[in-house]
Amino acid sequence: MSERRIRVLVAKPGLDGHDRGAKVVARALRDAGMEVVYTGLRQTPEMIAEAALQEDVDAVGLSILSGAHMALVPRVLELLRTNGQEAVRVFLGGIIPDEDVPILKEMGVMGIYGPGTITDDIVRDIVKSVRGAPQP
Amino acid sequence: MNLAASVLTGDRLAISRLLSQVENDTPEGRLALSELFAHTGRAHLIGVTGAPGTGKSSLVNQLARYYRHPKAGENPRRVAIVAVDPSSPFSGGAILGDRIRMRDLAGDSGVFIRSMASRGSLGGLASATASVVQVFDAAGFEVIMVETVGAGQAEVDIARLAHTTLVVEAPGLGDEIQAIKAGILEIADVLVVNKADQPGVENTERALRSMLDLAHPTPRIFRHHGKAEAIPDPAGSPAQPLWITPIQRTVSTEGTGIPEVAEHIARHRAYLQTTGDWQRREHARIQNELETLLRETLVARWRQSTGDDAYQQVLDSLYDRKISPHQAVEKLLASE
Repeated sequence: MSERRIRVLVAKPGLDGHDRGAKVVARALRDAGMEVVYTGLRQTPEMIAEAALQEDVDAVGLSILSGAHMALVPRVLELLRTNGQEAVRVFLGGIIPDEDVPILKEMGVMGIYGPGTITDDIVRDIVKSVRGAPQP
Repeated sequence: MNLAASVLTGDRLAISRLLSQVENDTPEGRLALSELFAHTGRAHLIGVTGAPGTGKSSLVNQLARYYRHPKAGENPRRVAIVAVDPSSPFSGGAILGDRIRMRDLAGDSGVFIRSMASRGSLGGLASATASVVQVFDAAGFEVIMVETVGAGQAEVDIARLAHTTLVVEAPGLGDEIQAIKAGILEIADVLVVNKADQPGVENTERALRSMLDLAHPTPRIFRHHGKAEAIPDPAGSPAQPLWITPIQRTVSTEGTGIPEVAEHIARHRAYLQTTGDWQRREHARIQNELETLLRETLVARWRQSTGDDAYQQVLDSLYDRKISPHQAVEKLLASE
């Protein structure tokens, strides 16, 4: 039996064109042994939810630098739920003001990773969330 | 309702979840595949292969758009796309980036795109790709396009899986000797010269054309793990017409040449059906699948029934070069 690999969708919703952060994260997840579906720039929440459905991913990473996160993130979460994918973890990168962080986490966002994040932390959080806590 | 039954109704979440089970070769996945097998064999399987960066994903995107919005008088067809990208040999991870070129297809419920990592397979596909295709076939997708890993010269597994294989070339990738080498060009049912707006397209097309002019009709015999698997001569009997591989220029970013490629594919399908090659290819594919499974199962069963100690002993004498690999196999199989 092949080993079950963690599958992650990395997408950039909205209209800003800075995808370096998303690419750095995608590469780090790849190097941690995950299969990363990379969809590129200017994705609508509908496109992201559709891709998550077709790819049966465990987690969705969204990179948002445009300030539109309070509009985009709830919409993605809602669409995932509508599609029966409420178990999919959603994490964010980019520029998210501190005051929005608790609100987004309350909505169900797994983690928020701003500039200066160590990619190992993202990997650790995803693995922990998908596979459960490591066995002692 | 179980997974297989939900897949037959076209439930997209069920399809997606079953694809994961199949990809991970779980008992649940195997069970569902067995239930679905009787419903397969209806789709037209189109393989798309070629070197990295020749524009395979863009071509698949355009072809899928064409099948969804065909010319007047034809019905749109449901399209599944299986896009394979390489796994890292070190971490086992992968970046699956084929969807980037397929954003035109978003929002169309008649299209289903699934990315797969090759997971260590070397033939341009993943070992579960054939099973993934079966799920889409059973779910009622009429056209299934399989895009291989960016392939060089030897990744020809796709020709064993697909009814119609497209090989995508682009200007500037090699000279005429590249074109007459064995391997990937030989498996083309349709040759596509993409990026035809780039300089050098005449040279590329000329090299490919001279390669085709030099070709002799040969029986398609695949060697797989040293074992020959024949697909009878496409030129079979003298009464049978010969399939002449067409060369089609495209600019897939703009859609130029796409209706023509679709036309070649339709002609190839008709050719396969009138000559009986459709069925012969199906039989060769199913036999190939059976033998692969048989081989894997026999090895797995044998490993279970053999003690680790006995295996290690033989391996140690092999390390010390006291026996040869052939003798080691004899010894291991004899000790059962």
